[in-house]
Amino acid sequence: MDMMAVSQQDLALIGAIADGLPRTARPYRDVGARLGLDEAAVIDGLKSLIDRGVIRRFGVVVRHHTLGYTANAMAVWDVPDDDVGRIARKMAEVPYVTLCYRRPRRLPQWRYNLFCMVHGVARDAVRDQVEHLAGRLGLLETPREILFSLRQFKQRGAHYLTCERAAE
Amino acid sequence: MDTIDKRLLNEFQHDFPLTPRPYAVIAERLGVDERTVVAAYDALIDGDFISRIGAVVRTGAVGASTLAAMAVPPRRLESVAAFVSAFDEVNHNYQRDHAYNLWFVITAPSRARLERVIAAIENETQLAILDLPMIEDYHLDLGFDLKWT
Repeated sequence: MDMMAVSQQDLALIGAIADGLPRTARPYRDVGARLGLDEAAVIDGLKSLIDRGVIRRFGVVVRHHTLGYTANAMAVWDVPDDDVGRIARKMAEVPYVTLCYRRPRRLPQWRYNLFCMVHGVARDAVRDQVEHLAGRLGLLETPREILFSLRQFKQRGAHYLTCERAAE
Repeated sequence: MDTIDKRLLNEFQHDFPLTPRPYAVIAERLGVDERTVVAAYDALIDGDFISRIGAVVRTGAVGASTLAAMAVPPRRLESVAAFVSAFDEVNHNYQRDHAYNLWFVITAPSRARLERVIAAIENETQLAILDLPMIEDYHLDLGFDLKWT
């Protein structure tokens, strides 16, 4: 757990790049200038966050939708609670599954406890992929739904520190 | 989109160079000059093909976050979505094809702050929010391998 401990400087660094790395010749130096850190401290700080697993990926974040992957589905599954870990680990290994999370049920409104994302260029193909996934994991009888996205109102990186607007 | 753009999108989702001149390193790898790389990334961001070059932070490692869902009467969807998106704590907000038709991610420095955002939205809209925080993440984020067919 210590590995994951996040210092104020780590938070400041994550906050400083929340909207993305500048496209300048020396982007890490420029990020550092805003924080009062030198270039090497920014680079080392980011490397450390990656090594500690706080940052799990550092690089280009693409927008699926603009790139033609317009059939973006969240597939939700109602799997037995004592089997969710085993099923989820197998699900996460499937190449077209881009995210896989366990979340709480909220009964009676919401029965599903396993969520995954599947991105594709056509709805039928995504439906087939989810069906294939169900077959492969022995979940053909498992209650599930596919929620396709219709409209994207907002998408950007998380702002952990720079929440200017208080939630009053 | 030309080959350079495709490579800039596909090959640098991971292991973006952590060196003083990252765009020069990329340029060298692609056999172009640094200014071409910077201009191409600017254009890809302007064109909304890339949201940013940056960090994907492990959920739960910093602050608190949740996936929230609301069943919004269709005639109110536009205005409720705009109200939700206006919160700086909301970083993704989608309409989905379901009775729960509005899905958004709330990220805040603390769970208390996150709960204040939920309360503010419920208060203003008089609609209940399903609060679905992640319990466990099973996926190692490998980025997204774009198929250019």
